[in-house]
Amino acid sequence: MSTTEVETSAATSARNSPAGPPGRTRRRGESGPGVRLASHGILIAASLVALFPIVWLVYLSLGPDKDDYLHPGGIWGKMTFDNYTFVLENTKFFDWLRTTLVVVLGTTAIGVVISATTGYAVSRMRFPGYRKFMWVLLVTQMFPVAVLMVPMYQILSDLQLIDTYLGLILVYCTTTVPYCAWLMKGYFDTIPFEIDEAGRVDGLNPFGTFARLILPLARPGLAVAAFYSFLTAFGEVAFASTFMLSDTKYTFAVGLQTFVSEHDAQRNLMAATAVLIAIPAAAFFYFVQKNLVTGLTAGGTKG
Amino acid sequence: MTVAIDRATGRRRGDRAPKPGRVQRLRRGYQKHWYAYAMIAPVVIVLGVLVLYPLAYGFYLTLTDANSLNSARTIGVNHIDATYKFIGFDNYADILWGDTAYDRFWSHFIWTIVWTALCVTLHYTIGLGLALLLNQKLRGRTFYRMVLILPWAVPTFVTVFGWRFMLADGGIINSFLETLHLPTPLWLEDTFWQRFAAIMVNTWCGVPFMMLSLLGGLQSIDSALYEAAEMDGASAWQRFRHVTLPGLRSVSSTVVLLGVIWTFNQFAIIFLLFGTTAPDAQILVTWSYYLGFGQQPRDFAQSAAYGILLLAVLIVFTSFYRRWLNRNDQQLAI
Repeated sequence: MSTTEVETSAATSARNSPAGPPGRTRRRGESGPGVRLASHGILIAASLVALFPIVWLVYLSLGPDKDDYLHPGGIWGKMTFDNYTFVLENTKFFDWLRTTLVVVLGTTAIGVVISATTGYAVSRMRFPGYRKFMWVLLVTQMFPVAVLMVPMYQILSDLQLIDTYLGLILVYCTTTVPYCAWLMKGYFDTIPFEIDEAGRVDGLNPFGTFARLILPLARPGLAVAAFYSFLTAFGEVAFASTFMLSDTKYTFAVGLQTFVSEHDAQRNLMAATAVLIAIPAAAFFYFVQKNLVTGLTAGGTKG
Repeated sequence: MTVAIDRATGRRRGDRAPKPGRVQRLRRGYQKHWYAYAMIAPVVIVLGVLVLYPLAYGFYLTLTDANSLNSARTIGVNHIDATYKFIGFDNYADILWGDTAYDRFWSHFIWTIVWTALCVTLHYTIGLGLALLLNQKLRGRTFYRMVLILPWAVPTFVTVFGWRFMLADGGIINSFLETLHLPTPLWLEDTFWQRFAAIMVNTWCGVPFMMLSLLGGLQSIDSALYEAAEMDGASAWQRFRHVTLPGLRSVSSTVVLLGVIWTFNQFAIIFLLFGTTAPDAQILVTWSYYLGFGQQPRDFAQSAAYGILLLAVLIVFTSFYRRWLNRNDQQLAI
């Protein structure tokens, strides 16, 4: 925690170095050796902090005994992939994988398809009720799980949708749909309005303009919305652990908890499962993160 | 914005005939805007069915004494009808000023506020610090950036388990502290350290998002501004204060609002870190989950009432925040 101070002050001093005397050799943004060293130092320290818990998890997953995490030195001599083989062969890992994929992809598809037109409409058109509508979209972002959980539970159980994929997908749509609409508005705002104009001149109505001209251009924006839905649905815990009852229908988030019962915790298996989940997820994330950030802050950076 | 919109719909403001009647106005409005309404219809329907209806139903539940014993339920082939009754605002009164209201609500409320404030401050300052460092011309900064977003790339529920291994009594953190002859707190059992650990883990998870967003913001600041400031002899601190911070304003206002909302509602970290073992480290969200789903009998009415109160807090906060931004001539980006 104490690093905060250090980082900010070092960052400001990074700008400090060439204090503008005429004829200086260094250009702006290049700093003196001391500052550079300090920057590297802090960044290396921060990188270690960022990496360590993950590396540690991977390391622990190689220890064969469930209490190995308490004496990690012992793992070094007896590293094995047994945990992984066990998880893949003897647990419901693939059932969880199926559930997770069905639910996540379902949410993503519905979220993106439904919110695309809305994002376009709120980006281009000012209709009566516009401000109220935007406000509603923002407010839905604020819903704590608790607000919808109880009524959703009751409604879904009335509809016999508890413990079904569809039920969970519908629940996730409550968060992803409004946010995707926001994201896509931000993206549509960056597409020049002249294109719409050209479409209208050529006799297209707004739907035609949207479908034929804007939608193809908005592919990166759609991708961002898709990734966002994907990540949200993938990482959700509360609804998943309440609404999915049979252990073949657990998502990863819930399945991972099953290794800990009241009496016993199979921490080695848990670590291996966690790594199996995290590595593909992180790899996927790496490919998309740059777009994701652009999308999230598209409206913001434009000022 | 306005200009562009008017262009997009192909009309100008002055086009309307002078003082049409109400019916006519409605019809014109319909003709002019039906495209927009048709386009937002899917989301409106989804929100209406999946959000507003449950919300209304949930609000109704808060006015009853519903719990898992008197709600409609099916046991085997028998269907039992709901027997809960309407009790008005008793739940709210009980939560806010009933017996032991402090222990049940206000202590969690205070902790939730502290938690949100501390976490968002830490996210923002550390994120900004790292973003500033990464915004320099520095060898290997792409590499640093890749490594530093890792906490965001790994799903939260996975990292929290990783942290539990590390924080366990006898885990790596305490072993390390022991070798330094420092005290080894019971991270997962002692209230103060539970809270400390929760904030630490949440900070670890939340910094990458702030860092990347702010880095995006920094890169969009026109470098000519810095050159001009240097010409005028502005010191580094002055440049930071008068160029960097204002340049980041719109990004900052957005990410801070999102940060507050997300942290206030942060369920996964506390729930997975402590389960139900830490009554004093629960924030309101996890506490209301506990009331509704973590105990027997499940208290649906109180849980929903907590939810409504939480939502109210956030709406009030956001309204003030927006008003404050508008007064300072800023627009919320999202």
